[in-house]
Amino acid sequence: MQEQLNSVFASYQGEKNELIPVLQDVQEELGYLPEEAMCEVARFVRLPEAKVFGVATFYARFHLEPRGEHIIRLCCGTACHVRGATKIADKLKTMLDVDVGETTENMKFTYEEVACIGACGLAPVMTIDDKTFGKLDPDKTEKTIKKFDEDSAEGGEA
Amino acid sequence: MYERHILICAGTGCISSGADKVEEALIESLKEHNLEDKVRIIMSGCHGFCEKGPLFIVFPEDIFYCGVQAEDVPEIVEEYLVKGNLVERLLYKDPVTGEQVINHDKIMFYSKQKRLALRNCGVIDPENIDEYIIRGGYRGLKKALQMSPEEVVNEVKASGLRGRGGAGFPAGAKWQFGLSSPGDQKYIVCNADEGDPGAFMDRSTLEGDPHAVLEGMLIAGKAIGADEGYIYVRSEYPLAIKRLCTAIRQAEEYGMLGNNILDSGFNFKVKIKEGAGAFVCGEETALLASIEGKRGVPRHRPPFPAVNGLWEKPTIINNVETLANVPLILRRGAEDFASVGTEGSKGTKVFALTGKVNNTGLVEVPMGISIREVVFDIGGGIRFGKKFKAAQIGGPSGGCIPEEHLDLPIDFDSLTAAGAMMGSGGLVVVDEDTCMVDMARYFLSFTKKESCGQCIPCRLGTDQMYDILEAITEGKGKPGDVALLEELASAVKQGSMCGLGQTAPNPVLTTLRYFRDEYEAHVKEKRCPALVCKALLQYSIDEEKCIGCQRCIKACPVDAITGEKKQPHELDQELCTQCGACFDACPKKVGAVQVLSEGLPEVEEAEECEEGCKCHN
Ligand SMILES: Cc1cc2nc3c(=O)[nH]c(=O)nc-3n(C[C@H](O)[C@H](O)[C@H](O)COP(=O)(O)O)c2cc1C
Ligand code: SF4
Ligand code: SF4
Ligand code: FES
Ligand code: FES
Repeated sequence: MQEQLNSVFASYQGEKNELIPVLQDVQEELGYLPEEAMCEVARFVRLPEAKVFGVATFYARFHLEPRGEHIIRLCCGTACHVRGATKIADKLKTMLDVDVGETTENMKFTYEEVACIGACGLAPVMTIDDKTFGKLDPDKTEKTIKKFDEDSAEGGEA
Repeated sequence: MYERHILICAGTGCISSGADKVEEALIESLKEHNLEDKVRIIMSGCHGFCEKGPLFIVFPEDIFYCGVQAEDVPEIVEEYLVKGNLVERLLYKDPVTGEQVINHDKIMFYSKQKRLALRNCGVIDPENIDEYIIRGGYRGLKKALQMSPEEVVNEVKASGLRGRGGAGFPAGAKWQFGLSSPGDQKYIVCNADEGDPGAFMDRSTLEGDPHAVLEGMLIAGKAIGADEGYIYVRSEYPLAIKRLCTAIRQAEEYGMLGNNILDSGFNFKVKIKEGAGAFVCGEETALLASIEGKRGVPRHRPPFPAVNGLWEKPTIINNVETLANVPLILRRGAEDFASVGTEGSKGTKVFALTGKVNNTGLVEVPMGISIREVVFDIGGGIRFGKKFKAAQIGGPSGGCIPEEHLDLPIDFDSLTAAGAMMGSGGLVVVDEDTCMVDMARYFLSFTKKESCGQCIPCRLGTDQMYDILEAITEGKGKPGDVALLEELASAVKQGSMCGLGQTAPNPVLTTLRYFRDEYEAHVKEKRCPALVCKALLQYSIDEEKCIGCQRCIKACPVDAITGEKKQPHELDQELCTQCGACFDACPKKVGAVQVLSEGLPEVEEAEECEEGCKCHN
């Protein structure tokens, strides 16, 4: 891990105001923010560990737990809500047996809910990693996830 | 020389519907027909009509094809480009008249719009600065560079431009503060945090016309004497960030950014800061804290950022759309800008028109247009012939406008008077199938999650309001709940420091104002008239209609339905969890599953107060 951290730190000066971008890059590198990493970051930007922890827990984008291989983000913005996002949420939660923010037992999918991803015209919408799927209904959702699961297994990504 | 130009929309919406594959197919197909040198492909920003995407427009004839998929492309090339026959099935069909429309400016969705802030969106290739310049880009900046800072400020003041980020504060007056504040170092910050869940105006502007925002920032910098700017963008907007980076690089190459811009002696540089996912960071003081690397929590104002902002230096914060308007004001003059709009609200406003309308998308309309025109003319009315119920304007800070106010002109002051708010520009249309109590609950669930927690009325008040609303939607509402909601709303409004808390009760207050009967139905009769609140629904199977196909039996996750093949099935109310799976499973033609909301049995109300206790009244 130290090596990965050093490679992130290399492009920064170690200034206090770099905390958020450094955390973003560390998360990008490690997938989440383990405690040791945050302590290292604190030393690097010369801030108390509590401050770093405070910032990391404030922003929704930072994750303190390991996450699944693929991230499912269901849009729960207004446009999606009025076009039935709740039903999609119910479907995903039962299908994957997770609650918001949780990861499936096999560490394959993490389920998150976000507010508006800017594709409201296609509501309801979800993304899996960087792919967007629109005009969902419970049925289409189930098929999409299943298909994605199969495709990614075939691709040998697991 | 190219004979034709083909615009393919490459905004986020169209890309997710397959625009990139359409591009590949077109390149391929043009090659096959040896048309590569005759037809130029332009990948543009969002045209605002994402629902009908991917869009594919052929110029100079202006043929508007929509919903084009990669497999349709060879047909368009062969039939239309080669033979000249329109591919009718891909033309737009008017949802009201059912007629096909060929040209894009004849489509109602576009013909009632006035595109100023979005002047280039969907028209130019956003990754090419030359296209921006050809359409008059950076001419406003040139003018500003020949003017004194006071003259620039006065021009913006005269235009009457008001901030598009929510509060509608006059931009010129704000700049005046920035100019008058003493300081060797000043900053311009562009607020591209766009937190309203259901709005994407700023995203489309950044993706479709990033230079307009840069030019606006440069002019603001010249006006107040700032030489550095920050753009604070949500990290959920990767394409916008990428296009901004490209635009900054190109502007630097062209000498529009950097030192001694256009030989005027004026220096300006721009940096991008990615947000990290907190709605409250859209609030200006929280945003500044976030840029400084701290927790993004608001602070008390005054001092205002114009006096004491980023790193304690004078800082002007403007919204993306506000800044995108600025180059036009300089280029065409304040008077020209002020000729559009109403007395108190000049120019146009971009809205993300979404929800239950036929045409959803991004629309820019002159201030003063009525909500009716936006919903019924531009939006093409309500989907599936349903009945309009309300327009929710301004997101979590805004409110619902009911049918009787459909003719309300859209401007800052009329909306505020009606209890809503211009906000950032989310306009969500809801129909008879939407429960207004559930809407209010939805917005409170958002604000309570996003409250930064500094002010107790905001943190605990939104929590309590949410709990009451949730109880009401679950059939556990008590008499007096509505009054309690009103009391809490006023406490939260008064006791909160920033706009989040001050406006969080608005969705509750406006739904109470215009749809009180729906609250009463939930609380008193335990009914949800719109058939949305699950706990208040009853599913049943109509024996007469049921054909015994067993589809619902398979669909039900709790085995509440039983029955033999070809015999009418039975549904056990005790077991049913009101998931609605049987309703969806029953073939539409048969329609044997019914859903009603007739009020819950009285027994659940056992825990009433003892006599004499007034706590619930
Ligand atoms: C909770 C909260 C969220 C806000 N979110 C945004 C936002 O996403 N985008 C924005 O431009 N302004 C937002 N604002 C308004 C800003 O504080 C500020 O008024 C605005 O950026 C000023 O720009 P303008 O004068 O050009 O409108 C928000 C305000 C509050 C209180
Ligand atoms: S009103 Fe709410 S969001 Fe704003 S500062 Fe207070 S607690 Fe934070
Ligand atoms: S609503 Fe759901 S739980 Fe109830 S009977 Fe139908 S399928 Fe079963
Ligand atoms: S509300 Fe879901 S994409 Fe905008
Ligand atoms: S993304 Fe293509 S029209 Fe909006």
